[in-house]
Amino acid sequence: MEHKIAVPGGAAAEQSRETYRMCPRSGLQFNLKAERLMIVNAVTAVVMLLVGGILAVGVVLTRWPAVHWLQADTFYMVLTAHGIDMLIYWIIFFEVAVLYFCASTLLRTRIATPNVAWLAYALMLIGAITNNVAVFQGGSSVMMTSYVPMMAAPAFYLGLILFAVGALIACFVFFGTLVVAKREKTYQGSVPLVTFGAVVAAIIAVFTIASGAIILIPTWLMSLGVVTNVDPLIYRTVWWAFGHSAQQVNVAAHISIWYAVAAIAFGAKPMSERVSRGAFLLYIFFLQLASAHHLLADPGVSTAWKVVNTSYFMYFAVLASMIHGLTIPGAMEVAQRAKGYNKGLFEWLRRAPWGNPVFSGVFISLVGFGFLGGISGVMMGTEQLNMLIHNTIYVPGHFHATVVVGTTLSFMALTYFLIPTLFRREMIAPKLARLQPYLFGLSMYFFCLVMMGAGTLGVSRRHWDMAFQGAALAYEWPGAAYLMMGLVGIGGVAAIVGGAIYIYVTVGSVLWGKRLDTGTTSSHVTPIPPTAPSVAVQTYGSAGFAAPGTFVLAMVFLVAFVLYYFINWKYLGQLWGLS
Amino acid sequence: MSAILPPAERLWWKHPLDRVEGTWIAIAFVWCMVMFFMMIYWHAYGRQNLSTETYKTTPDKFSAKAQAVVDKYTVRTETDQNIPVVHPPAGSDVYLIARLWAWWPILELEKDKTYRLHLTSMDYNHGFSLQPTNINIQVVPGYEHVIKITPNQSGTFSLVCNEYCGINHHTMVSRLYVK
Repeated sequence: MEHKIAVPGGAAAEQSRETYRMCPRSGLQFNLKAERLMIVNAVTAVVMLLVGGILAVGVVLTRWPAVHWLQADTFYMVLTAHGIDMLIYWIIFFEVAVLYFCASTLLRTRIATPNVAWLAYALMLIGAITNNVAVFQGGSSVMMTSYVPMMAAPAFYLGLILFAVGALIACFVFFGTLVVAKREKTYQGSVPLVTFGAVVAAIIAVFTIASGAIILIPTWLMSLGVVTNVDPLIYRTVWWAFGHSAQQVNVAAHISIWYAVAAIAFGAKPMSERVSRGAFLLYIFFLQLASAHHLLADPGVSTAWKVVNTSYFMYFAVLASMIHGLTIPGAMEVAQRAKGYNKGLFEWLRRAPWGNPVFSGVFISLVGFGFLGGISGVMMGTEQLNMLIHNTIYVPGHFHATVVVGTTLSFMALTYFLIPTLFRREMIAPKLARLQPYLFGLSMYFFCLVMMGAGTLGVSRRHWDMAFQGAALAYEWPGAAYLMMGLVGIGGVAAIVGGAIYIYVTVGSVLWGKRLDTGTTSSHVTPIPPTAPSVAVQTYGSAGFAAPGTFVLAMVFLVAFVLYYFINWKYLGQLWGLS
Repeated sequence: MSAILPPAERLWWKHPLDRVEGTWIAIAFVWCMVMFFMMIYWHAYGRQNLSTETYKTTPDKFSAKAQAVVDKYTVRTETDQNIPVVHPPAGSDVYLIARLWAWWPILELEKDKTYRLHLTSMDYNHGFSLQPTNINIQVVPGYEHVIKITPNQSGTFSLVCNEYCGINHHTMVSRLYVK
């Protein structure tokens, strides 16, 4: 009896210690404890981006053949640090902030176990610093992949493991927050689509981190001399279940952000919840199989294994991405047409808020991710075609299109929304901010294209000197390869300037921007009011299609995809016979 | 609105699809199936499929086999390191060692003849990157990968290591001749 009374009393006490703030600019409700965690994780992410960006200068200016700046040992150290700081620390710190936002803010609830969330943050920070120190001491230039038997210092692995444990705890704080929201009934029905996408990202993250632990813990023990041997092929297989899946977390996260920005910038609602959520569900089932992409040129794995896994089991995850690629601009088009931008196929797009970096960043990200990252990714992930580009600079060309144009640019766009809402500051230099997604995004498009061009000509990735200084039997790359690598240098420098503008605008705004009105605070949560049901997608547009313009763009994408895919088969068909 | 709010209809999974979505899903699905079956088709009818024949090996075992071939079929040596150039008979087993930071020996093959190329690494991971033909294969220590190759052009080719293998990675480059 007593027990029954104590429980709601406890919950009420828990509730009353919380403060909620209603943001006057966005109508979002922030829980104070969650807000602090989001701010700290996001700020740490941007610091990591700054470090990674400075390192990018070294990488770009060394691979630009005419400059060839750093010495070999420094170059490999800088490249290792650049990869890890960007791919792991910048992105995952930011993702933790996004997870807390999607659970606590979008569901209008308190965050579960805020102290544990701080512990997660502390572990991640200590891990990131430990790992970076190990790299900069110079004995751990093993690249992000750290393939055994090449060994790094024990602190290199320990740092990664501590970071991963922290990230795993953060995922569970996110799951716990979903439970709190459900139990305290802060919303009705299903979670918003964006939160659903974040759940998908967090589920994939748990799988990812578990894979990382399975392989990095024995490797750490090997670096300490406790374990004598970690098999190189098993390492590659399991490491990629971590390394590739980590990028799939990013895909789920940045696609959620695209949906969020479509909602924020246009008031767009998903064309159909069923299709978008179904596509996210396909990610959970099939996306991780793609770690096979990295083993297509390896000995020891069977053909059937390669074919099934590299295709994400019959390309169901590609199907999901193609669906998102249509439904997100499609939702924007439907919203714009409802506002009267109904002329022809593309008035909705011409009249989009191109001067708003939140929108332009996401749109440039979406198009680049699909056309550059998506098409190249499927090409290189095809079992036989992979031989054309394995370990060439085509590979970083591809993943800069997915991770930088896709993920990083989406995170940048979201930041422009978070500065006035989460950080409560007016943006300094709004004109620079308006320019930034174009400079950064388009120079990255160019950078990725010329990198893929150089890779098609065979230029190696992770290679200090394409002139093979000091080698007796040096290979003379064709002039076009040198030209492409020079253009990689130019595109890279332009992108770094774009990145520097982002850092200046965001850090400057947070430090010196005019403080904005906090909005009303309350110790009680205001649950999300139920939304009035609306009619299904309207019938504007032509041919009974709600989003004809988007459909035309999708067909352009498909034609580019089909052509590029078969051109590569033709190229493969001319090679030496292999069987 | 919107994707950041709970769906207005509680039964959102009964919400009808727009024709734009339905049509696109059908087209995309067909394309996915084409791509999937293309890989299988190429195994049946294409001439460039990477073999999966693999054995566990050790540096000692593999070096002994490579040395035997070198002893039998060396035609000359090149560079001041006297790297042997091996011209094995068509159809035979040829061995190529990847190690820090060299390929050993140099192979001399004949056009339109098929060879069983055995690849392994003595130490770290290496990358077999044949240029300018652009065929790229991972070389993993402890595993002997056997690939049937049939050169279809004659000339001098280069063999670049394209898996990062330490400070002198950029000097790991060799030749391959096709007569």
